[in-house]
Amino acid sequence: MVERQSPLEPDFHVGSHGNFEHGVEVILTETRPDSIVQLAAWPGEEKMLIAAIRTVTGLALPDGAGAGVSDGVKSAFGFAPGKFIVAGEAEGLADAFAKVVTPVIGTVTDISHGRTAIRIAGPKAEWVLSKFFAIDFALTAFAVGAGRSTVHHDIFAQIQRTGTDQFDIYVFRSFARSVWKALCRASEEVGYDVQ
Amino acid sequence: MLITCPYCGPRDVIEFTYQGDGNRARPEPASQNFEAWNAYVYDRLNPAGDHNEIWQHSGGCRAHLRVVRNTLTHEISSVTFVRGHHGSASRPEAEDRS
Repeated sequence: MVERQSPLEPDFHVGSHGNFEHGVEVILTETRPDSIVQLAAWPGEEKMLIAAIRTVTGLALPDGAGAGVSDGVKSAFGFAPGKFIVAGEAEGLADAFAKVVTPVIGTVTDISHGRTAIRIAGPKAEWVLSKFFAIDFALTAFAVGAGRSTVHHDIFAQIQRTGTDQFDIYVFRSFARSVWKALCRASEEVGYDVQ
Repeated sequence: MLITCPYCGPRDVIEFTYQGDGNRARPEPASQNFEAWNAYVYDRLNPAGDHNEIWQHSGGCRAHLRVVRNTLTHEISSVTFVRGHHGSASRPEAEDRS
């Protein structure tokens, strides 16, 4: 396997940063899934695609706008009508989907090299993200597992809530370092750990 | 101004791109009817009140939306998908299969 370089590398400094004297309230890390796949269903084929996601990953994706699920290793969520992102730690997820998602059902696009997944966790994760994105991060409005598509100054972000105070942000790889630096800067005042 | 996307829910207007007047009917591409083409390109209703508009949620799910916006108050009375979507694609009450 070719060692994949992280686009965050020059600015990825493990340790505590910012105002952490009174405790660390945000943890930033890169989840580095080996597969990130975008799936799209033709109109009317959404349920077939959701069944295909279950066949390949074993994840039971709930039906509904922005619904999602994560088992800690694999994650799936809807980010647009009939469109889903599936990420997993194993390589070859796109090939597995290509065998199941026939041209009648929809399309499979391997975006493993095109996206970077940044994880923000901790009691102030919601608070930090609220500085960036004009969406409601409250648990009642944004359930665990659910996904959202939004932007930060024209930089697309697909966000999945993978825990009560944990979010995975999928951004274009070429913008990832810039987003990372901005997230670090925004987390300084509450103290953050890079792991 | 907030636009309630049928997929994403209420979002700030900065996430959306205006795609033009929703009342226009494009003539057949091969049409030689110059009056129809002229009307398509230039004629606008410009109402003081409810206006049919096409918007794209370009900073979100990227769906194209049919929006009815009041040009006097900016009140938005209706947002539906331009193209119908099924099942998990949308919240059922917001579905438009026209």
